Amino acid sequence: MIGIVDYGMGNLLSVFNAFEYLGLSVKICSKPEDLSQVDRIVLPGVGAISQCILKLNESGFTEALNEQVLQLAKPTLGICLGMQVMAKQSFEGGTHTCLGWFDADVVRLNPGNSTLKVPNIGWNTIQFDKQIPLFKGLPENSDFYLVHSYQVQVRHEAERVATYQHGETVTAAIMKDNIFATQFHPEKSQDLGLTVLENFINWKP
Amino acid sequence: MSKKRLIPKLQLATSRNNPNKLVVVITKQFGDKIEIGDPVSQSKIFQDQSADELIFLNIESNTNNIKTLSEVIAKVSEEIFMPMTVGGGVASDDDFRLLLSHGADKISINTKAVESPEFITEMSNKYGAQCVVVSIDYKKEADGSFQVYTQGGTLATGIDPIQWAIQAEALGAGELLLTCIDHDGMRNGLELQVPSSLVQQVNIPVICGGGCGLAKHFSDAFLLANVEAVCAGSFFAHRDQNLIQTRSQIFNAGVEIRMQN
Repeated sequence: MIGIVDYGMGNLLSVFNAFEYLGLSVKICSKPEDLSQVDRIVLPGVGAISQCILKLNESGFTEALNEQVLQLAKPTLGICLGMQVMAKQSFEGGTHTCLGWFDADVVRLNPGNSTLKVPNIGWNTIQFDKQIPLFKGLPENSDFYLVHSYQVQVRHEAERVATYQHGETVTAAIMKDNIFATQFHPEKSQDLGLTVLENFINWKP
Repeated sequence: MSKKRLIPKLQLATSRNNPNKLVVVITKQFGDKIEIGDPVSQSKIFQDQSADELIFLNIESNTNNIKTLSEVIAKVSEEIFMPMTVGGGVASDDDFRLLLSHGADKISINTKAVESPEFITEMSNKYGAQCVVVSIDYKKEADGSFQVYTQGGTLATGIDPIQWAIQAEALGAGELLLTCIDHDGMRNGLELQVPSSLVQQVNIPVICGGGCGLAKHFSDAFLLANVEAVCAGSFFAHRDQNLIQTRSQIFNAGVEIRMQN
């Protein structure tokens, strides 16, 4: 069973519907102890990082996630803000300490060209590491939907498994051990997005 | 860099035959509603034709309809895996939460934003700027100036759309949705004066809509006004020609849009 962390931030229903559409049994985990009943974890999220961290900490999810993801090594997928929160710290509206699963900072997009907008909203062609099982079956130049103003900058380049161009190279996905996370929204990227979610279901890290 | 987006706009209103049902309608200059179908089946067609995104606007601007609207969005999101902007009568944090929890990705606000500009900031801080789309309806006045209208195009505000859009960005809007009321449903091309000037003055994406009747009208907006996205309602409702063909024509005109899937 796949568990979606419900900590009061964002596009839970879309993620739920996408996995259900793929024929999976999905559990919405609204209490930290629910996580022990699932074997894969999805951490979604849309919104502001300060709220996100506050809610994870207040609800007790931070501790439970550290145990389930880091110690029990359950395959885990972060999406958008759910990816950013896996960094060490975020500079969105101040400095916020995050989960620290990746040695990474979250910094504002800086396209350095006034015709390129922030937030970047829309479909972008993603360059990805073809060796990664999570990108199996994707054609070259696959487009995915993104909507964000901040990006994850990893210190270990090997952890960055997908990028795209927006006046600068932007991190589109990161991976480490049993954790995979995307800045793009697979649940909003039509068929190619569903392919990534299906790959996650079958992923054996 | 994001590709340019084509966005079918589904305007919703209460069905004449069933007061509990919202149906897709098209309008002319914000009047004359014509019912054209069910939002769920229309959305599926647009998904099959690789629309980049969908906009749902409840044009009755009756806040009592937010719940009905959220139920429609929940149904759509069971089968549609693409971004959805939802709005029409949104006036509170509760409205935001209800629509987002039913599958909306972005919320469009209009009248409430003009009445209480601080609402933009509050929602932007709470849900992130990317979630807050400020929708601006405007008309060209007899003297050639442009003026913002609220309450479904019925109330003149005396506000200049470009000044208002710049202010909305400063207050925390993540995207701007421009609709020229005079051009709505007329299928004779988009008003491009306001969007082309605005695009150079803001840093957030600009969507414009109202008046698409030909593929050329889309490519004009992309190539001449340099907007990030064009939305259309009547165009996709009327034409035998579908989104896939329209896309090819726009692509061939030299606009970078998504061509796969």
